[in-house]
Amino acid sequence: MRTYVLRRLLIAVPSLLIASLIVFTLPRLIPGDVVQLMLEEKAYGKDLEDLRAKLGLNRPIPVQYLEWLGRIARGDLGESLWTRQQVLGELARRLPVTLTLGVMAIAVAILIGIPIGILSAVRQDGVLDFFARSAAILGLSIPAFVTAIVVILLPAIWWGWTPQVRFTELSKDPAAHLLQFVLPAMILGIASAAGLMRLTRGMLLEVLRQDYVRTAWAKGLRERVVVLKHSLKNAIIPVVTILGLQVAQIAGGAVIIEQIFGLPGMGQFLVEAIVQRDYPVIQGINLLVVVIIVSTNLLVDLAYAVIDPRIRY
Amino acid sequence: MANSVQTVRLPQTLRRPLRVPRFLVAVLRFCRRKPLGAIGAVLVVGLIVMAVFADRIAPYSYDESVPGSRMKPPSARFWMGTDNIGRDMWSRVVYGARISVTVGFATVALTTVFATIIGVSSAYLGGAYDIVVQRVVDAWMSFPALVIILSMLAALGPGLLNLILALSILGAAGTSRVIRGAALSTMQNPYVEAARALGSGHARIIFCHVLPNVTATIIILATIGLGTVILAESALSFLGFGIPPPYPSWGGMLAGSGRSFMYYAPWMAMFPGAAISLAVFGFNMFGDALRDLLDPRLRSGGGRPIG
Repeated sequence: MRTYVLRRLLIAVPSLLIASLIVFTLPRLIPGDVVQLMLEEKAYGKDLEDLRAKLGLNRPIPVQYLEWLGRIARGDLGESLWTRQQVLGELARRLPVTLTLGVMAIAVAILIGIPIGILSAVRQDGVLDFFARSAAILGLSIPAFVTAIVVILLPAIWWGWTPQVRFTELSKDPAAHLLQFVLPAMILGIASAAGLMRLTRGMLLEVLRQDYVRTAWAKGLRERVVVLKHSLKNAIIPVVTILGLQVAQIAGGAVIIEQIFGLPGMGQFLVEAIVQRDYPVIQGINLLVVVIIVSTNLLVDLAYAVIDPRIRY
Repeated sequence: MANSVQTVRLPQTLRRPLRVPRFLVAVLRFCRRKPLGAIGAVLVVGLIVMAVFADRIAPYSYDESVPGSRMKPPSARFWMGTDNIGRDMWSRVVYGARISVTVGFATVALTTVFATIIGVSSAYLGGAYDIVVQRVVDAWMSFPALVIILSMLAALGPGLLNLILALSILGAAGTSRVIRGAALSTMQNPYVEAARALGSGHARIIFCHVLPNVTATIIILATIGLGTVILAESALSFLGFGIPPPYPSWGGMLAGSGRSFMYYAPWMAMFPGAAISLAVFGFNMFGDALRDLLDPRLRSGGGRPIG
């Protein structure tokens, strides 16, 4: 197990390096010069060259890349070109917001998707199955931002109630802080729940037709034991794989949901940074996201061993 | 039970199904076996017709302000109401279909070309080339789609062509994986070995033996990709990184004025939202049905969804 984790981490290194190169190069391809933009909007330095030197943007790009890598190794993500604030500090402030949103969304996806998928498979072609499948199709087709707007709009039309857009800090009012995530997380989680439900149902249907399940029934085991203990364990592995992929999807969806609900998370930060061509911020966010996703993939692989004892590392 | 005399006397209408062309029979069978897929196909065809004949269908131009009719609710004259500067929403939704269809089909075409080149070459050449290419694909796929595409659009700048280019580069990574897999399994077949033994060149093996056998996979991936691409385009326009404003795109209509005025004029947000959902629903259903009919092995997976 330990050697496996070490080997996986080693394999992740080249992937991370390539990713870091992509992360570094992409924002630099932005047409238009950030220095020009800064000079026009705010007089930061004497002239273009002076400002460029101050920001360290006058050296060759490979040199900038190596320096950047070196600083990352020391835990320094640089500072924002505009606000001169430490990117790491700003990320540390915003990451909890996005993490809360993401974890709650995944919880919604699991709590709705998997149980309904199981029920749907056990009572195949029943009433619940029909409604669950129809709802899943809708959930997959309606984009999160459309759902969000409808959810905000309908109460406003019917009862004149609009959600508040001011963000409550955790330190001020913990209950209100968590409460404001509920609606966005539900909306974000629904689409993933639909995918999980369809997959759980499909995999379970296949397993339920296998011989050992018939044996389990013949032994006179209760339905709960046959389904949850004998069948589900063998159906759940692809579901876990997809759950891992959903993390990436939810991270992307969070960008839009944060924008709509005014949550000061990383997505909002990223959109602002891209508009302002703030290289260090864009790089910092992208790098963090990549690290999160690579570690999720590792966790997913390790989860296989827990679920299925036949898998040994 | 039916003797020949009776058959001759049957009215014309009852014998007609025998003369229905093969294509129609296939379509009818598709409708019966996959009713949802058929609904999807109708939506897809409707969307394409709307896009192609937008200037005939729409009663007004997309940027034409009708004097004295700002933010009018839906009525006989303005089916979907008007927006904050008096433009007919129905006309704008119809023109918006052009963006979705153009971006959708162009992106999928380009994605397919990129993905096929990467996937087939990686499978065919193998070795170090395969390893390096697959690590790059790994890295590319470990970004969330929306984050990567925002960074790319920031690099390329807004505009229709850049949007298509960015979306297709993004989609190519995941799609190339599936195509590589299909190509690898095709190359296991004895006929590829036979072709090599007969002295066929690389080009001949690739174009005459490998490519034709991965075509089914490619077609299925493309159909399923369409819905995803349309969703991605609307999400990007919603964030303001899509098609620049004067031209209507559904995501953009929902985002800018649609969101600021939605409490006073809900129709400004509702109809573009419904249009996006219906289009994505149509492509998803049609793609799913096509996949089930063409290739039962590809039940799960496919392209990477974009949040």
